[in-house]
Amino acid sequence: MAKSRTQLPKSPTGIQGLDEITGGGLPKGRPTLICGGAGCGKTLLAMEFLVRGATQFNEPGVFIAFEETAKDLTKNVASLGFDLKDLIAHKKIVLDFVYLSDSEIETSGDYNLDGLFIRLGHAIDSIGAKRVVLDTIESLFSSLPNQHILRAELRRLFLWLKDKGVTAIITGERGEGTLTRQGLEEYVSDCVIMLDHRVSDQVSSRRLRVVKYRGSTHGTNEYPFLIDEDGISVLPVTSLGLHQTAPKARISSGVARLDSMLGGAGYFRGSSVLVTGTAGTGKTSLAAHFAAAACLRGERALYITFEESPSQIIRNMRSIGINLDQWIEKGLLRFQANRPTSAGLEMHLTMIHKAIKAFKPQVVIVDPLTSFIIGGNESEVKAMVMRLVDLLKMSGTTSLFTSLSLSGGALEQTQVAIAGFVDTWLLVRDIEIGGERNRGMYILKSRGMAHSNQIREFLLTDHGVELRDVYVGPSGVLTGSARMVQEAQEQAALMIRNQEVERRQIELERKRTTLEAQVLALRAEFAVQEIASMKIIGQEQAEDAQLAQERTDMGLSRKADTTPYKRKGASK
Amino acid sequence: MKIKSSTPALPAEEKLETYVLRLYVAGQTPKSMTALANLKKICAEYLEGRYQIQVVDLLKNPQLASGDQILAVPTLVRRLPEPIRKIIGDLSNTERVLIGLDLVPLK
Repeated sequence: MAKSRTQLPKSPTGIQGLDEITGGGLPKGRPTLICGGAGCGKTLLAMEFLVRGATQFNEPGVFIAFEETAKDLTKNVASLGFDLKDLIAHKKIVLDFVYLSDSEIETSGDYNLDGLFIRLGHAIDSIGAKRVVLDTIESLFSSLPNQHILRAELRRLFLWLKDKGVTAIITGERGEGTLTRQGLEEYVSDCVIMLDHRVSDQVSSRRLRVVKYRGSTHGTNEYPFLIDEDGISVLPVTSLGLHQTAPKARISSGVARLDSMLGGAGYFRGSSVLVTGTAGTGKTSLAAHFAAAACLRGERALYITFEESPSQIIRNMRSIGINLDQWIEKGLLRFQANRPTSAGLEMHLTMIHKAIKAFKPQVVIVDPLTSFIIGGNESEVKAMVMRLVDLLKMSGTTSLFTSLSLSGGALEQTQVAIAGFVDTWLLVRDIEIGGERNRGMYILKSRGMAHSNQIREFLLTDHGVELRDVYVGPSGVLTGSARMVQEAQEQAALMIRNQEVERRQIELERKRTTLEAQVLALRAEFAVQEIASMKIIGQEQAEDAQLAQERTDMGLSRKADTTPYKRKGASK
Repeated sequence: MKIKSSTPALPAEEKLETYVLRLYVAGQTPKSMTALANLKKICAEYLEGRYQIQVVDLLKNPQLASGDQILAVPTLVRRLPEPIRKIIGDLSNTERVLIGLDLVPLK
């Protein structure tokens, strides 16, 4: 995100995702209010802010606890990998527990909170703290009388904190109709973050929302967040824009024929592929092909499964000739199997997120998406899948999702309406003809490539998925044995036709031979006649010459005037 | 001290206890001066001869604030007799101070 130069200085929290939403962190040198109901993670968020400040940004911090003792706090956050004892020993963090008990305190007359100020001031000065957490300052209201004084003093406290230039977090319990029980938001108004912990369909999810952030833009949505062994991670929904680069490289789908259907080269790298189909149409097999192809290229593939255990998938895929075991052994393939109900959607998303961060796969398979749908949470699932797709695209990971469509329903409709943001959509369906149920496959869409519009018959053989042309003829689309019968018939017809052609050719040859023989005979006859004719012509010429000679001789003998006669005879 | 506080039958011995009172203030403000004056007056009246007053200025010794869990000032802490009791404010309300110090039973 581009930051303008005039934006107010911010103090990075180091908490995954939160800095993205707030555009860099909490307002530096100002107090921030974090409010929410019991058990929503306020203390933890505040503590992580301090610990990360101390460890990552070299900003020591003071934690004033009003509710939990230092010992309890240290123990509680130790489970998240924060070693408070060590940080305290290195003067990075001061942990001060303020014990409040209304039964012991009696009031007589006017007072102020200078004691707290001094304590806080002393703590801040002792380590040069830049960050302060007051958790939960509202507890003061229940233990100290005279709210007017208290409110005035709190106002003074927050001003004093600003003067000190420390970035402070004040936590507050959520109240009825107000953000906090005591209306702290009136005093701390620079930045307010609300945490929420909701249970829907027996699955709980935590959410975070930046209610207010003076002088800064911020994400306004509710963002799910997660508390796990690495602390808090907030998940910004759609990284605030569509800026992913689109790689032009193509990768194989693992099925040669499918690659040729997809413009001859397979999927785009970094694209998302959706395979939908009714039960038993071979979605998982396609996914396994894709995973195996990735591993064969030496890439890492993450296979997230929600319905079958990894060993079951491996066994089943071996039956169609895909050996996934070898890739697991080589560390190229990793399975992550979870029950969809084991956690909320956000938790799943975050687990996937973390797995991707840790394993850095080039290919991710989610099989199937539809498992997430429990009850009527389609819209949430959609949002979650959208975030997942976004996440994968950002990291340039090619993803393949399978989705089960209900038989009887519209095939070209996914239960999770994510078709809009996938790049390639393959549909595997069953085709019932002649008492048989066969599989057919076609490409519903594939962005950015010329792809086949043909339906292919989809066969699961012992050497993997095979795609065959279906028979399309006057009797409709034929698959399976109907196709085979049709093919046999065509074969027979072709043979007959071929024989016919051959027969005709032979006949033609024979005719030609006959004709040529006749031609020869005629020619011979003609030659004979020619010779005969020539002979006659020769004889007649000879006779003519003879006759002329005889005439000349006769003229000579009669002593005739020879010359004119001779001329006459020559002109004849 | 062997006497159980719940035993009401020994008021005479209780009266013999010495009160150790510590007043936390933050600088020589009018409020802290008032508190000290009020405290001295009350002690002179109700605890004659068996009290000690220590004044702690938190501006000089800020690290002492956490020991007695001081937030508000002025705060009067009854260190002895046990249990520890705290009274916050300028001690202008004598009755509340006496209740706080357990010198007058709660009615």
